Amino acid sequence: MKKNKLLQNLYILLVFLFLYTPIVMVIIFSFNTSKMNIVWEGFTVEWYGSFFKNRTLMDALWTSVLIAVVSTAVSTVIGTLGAIGLSRYDFKGKELIDQLLYIPIVIPEVVLGVSLLCIFSIMNMPLGIVTITLSHITFCIPFVVMNVRARLAGFDRFLEEAAMDLGANEVTTFFKVTLPLIMPGVSSGALLSFSLSLDDVIISFFVTGPGSTTLPLKILSMVKTSVTPEVNALSAIIMLVLIVVISIRAGYSVKQIQKKQSLKA
Amino acid sequence: MKKQGKEHPGKKKRDAAFFATAGPVSAWMILFVLIPLIYIVAISFMRRSAYGGVKLGFTFENIFQIFDLSNLRVFGQSILMAGITTVACILIAYPFAYFVAKKGEIEKTIFMALVMVPFMISSLIRLFAWINLLRREGVINRFLMFLGVIDEPLQLVYNYVGSIIGMTYTLLPFMILPLYSSIEKLDKSLLEAGSDLGAKPVTAFMRITLPLTMPGIFAGTIMTFIPALGMFFVTDLMGGSKILVIGSLIRNEFITAKNWPLGAALSLFLIVITLLLVKLYQKNGGSMDDLGGA
Repeated sequence: MKKNKLLQNLYILLVFLFLYTPIVMVIIFSFNTSKMNIVWEGFTVEWYGSFFKNRTLMDALWTSVLIAVVSTAVSTVIGTLGAIGLSRYDFKGKELIDQLLYIPIVIPEVVLGVSLLCIFSIMNMPLGIVTITLSHITFCIPFVVMNVRARLAGFDRFLEEAAMDLGANEVTTFFKVTLPLIMPGVSSGALLSFSLSLDDVIISFFVTGPGSTTLPLKILSMVKTSVTPEVNALSAIIMLVLIVVISIRAGYSVKQIQKKQSLKA
Repeated sequence: MKKQGKEHPGKKKRDAAFFATAGPVSAWMILFVLIPLIYIVAISFMRRSAYGGVKLGFTFENIFQIFDLSNLRVFGQSILMAGITTVACILIAYPFAYFVAKKGEIEKTIFMALVMVPFMISSLIRLFAWINLLRREGVINRFLMFLGVIDEPLQLVYNYVGSIIGMTYTLLPFMILPLYSSIEKLDKSLLEAGSDLGAKPVTAFMRITLPLTMPGIFAGTIMTFIPALGMFFVTDLMGGSKILVIGSLIRNEFITAKNWPLGAALSLFLIVITLLLVKLYQKNGGSMDDLGGA
């Protein structure tokens, strides 16, 4: 029995090794003196300073962050309201909207990318930051809706009715009662949207235009020749920031579990 | 199709709140998902015009053209690679999800968060790191030679092996998440009942656990097999120049050849495959919400 446990833990470790080896490589090579990024030559932190001075890299980073922030904000608002609306009202065409929401999740990204490219070209919209942002919002909304809907499923409508009975209007009820209760779903939807937008390659590839290179597109153009240690350093920092956010969230849910367990005990 | 929404007591009449909540999402999905897809289907049956545009008219030319011999070879190759990737993901993810689901609440939360962390680094950067690991002079070949397992370095990248490793790596979490949630939901008392009735662990697994977690396997298959048909950047980077997926053909028609109707017809082919798989999934009782990782 004990041997079994050991083997199971070993297997979990192996899968994590598979997932993390490339990440460790990225971090190690971000401290490499060689610009070639292929062999290890020596230790330096130079790249962590120099990517700040790399104009094209920084421009791409800001473009990406701007698009990710705007897409996350818009898709979180539309998605959260949408999840509430779709679960509370019955209307003609609701089935259709429900089905449409699954399309960006299941359809290959390349298909969504070319379809959006076509629609922007009919609307005569110049390709650039705006078209990338509109596209990102499109594939983020369904993930927000789904995460919020999961929270709404276990939601007690009587709490809202109680607030209304006590004289709160709809807007107050939404902000004071509904929103706090569905917040975990909203925030995981938003976090997912942000990281999907920040990392999107395929859809951005089709709807990008001159002067709107996002970081993944910039990296795509570099990766065919060689990725410089600067890019490794930049990636390591982006990962660090996102890990901090994730650990705060994970730490929070661990606390919740501990609280629940101590209540039971 | 089954109804997905939850019924709530006391559905209200349409009012301002209705338009404020259901309105924007409906408008957005119609404008940016429904209309673009209808347009793609429509231009699949049109001709290309002289300067890379689309000419009105009706033809089956593009539909016939997607089934010409060189395309069929890519379809076969792409479907085969997606299939191998999916099987590899199931084989890696199932035991992992199964073992993690047996851990305590806190360990579970931490382990599942750890599955998501690698996604915080650009997928391209991670693929580039894999190229470094898999090269002829890379860490993996050197390690295997040091152990004496091989005498000559293996060709692990710029071929099918490299492409499949890249796809498996990129898509693995999309298999782990639905599998984990279906295993976690499993009613443990059923397994106890099985073993009380004398079932050996292997029998209990084959007759109880596996059938009950089948929807999870199916959901994971949809989330890995379908994207694998389109991920042209993975084969671009890790497959060398010869290996193409269906997504690469679409990219080539839209960006290089500027033959949008043919590119649209190829997209239609992917849309049809997607719809068939999703229908099959729903028919077997799969819930669409399980695909979104919620």
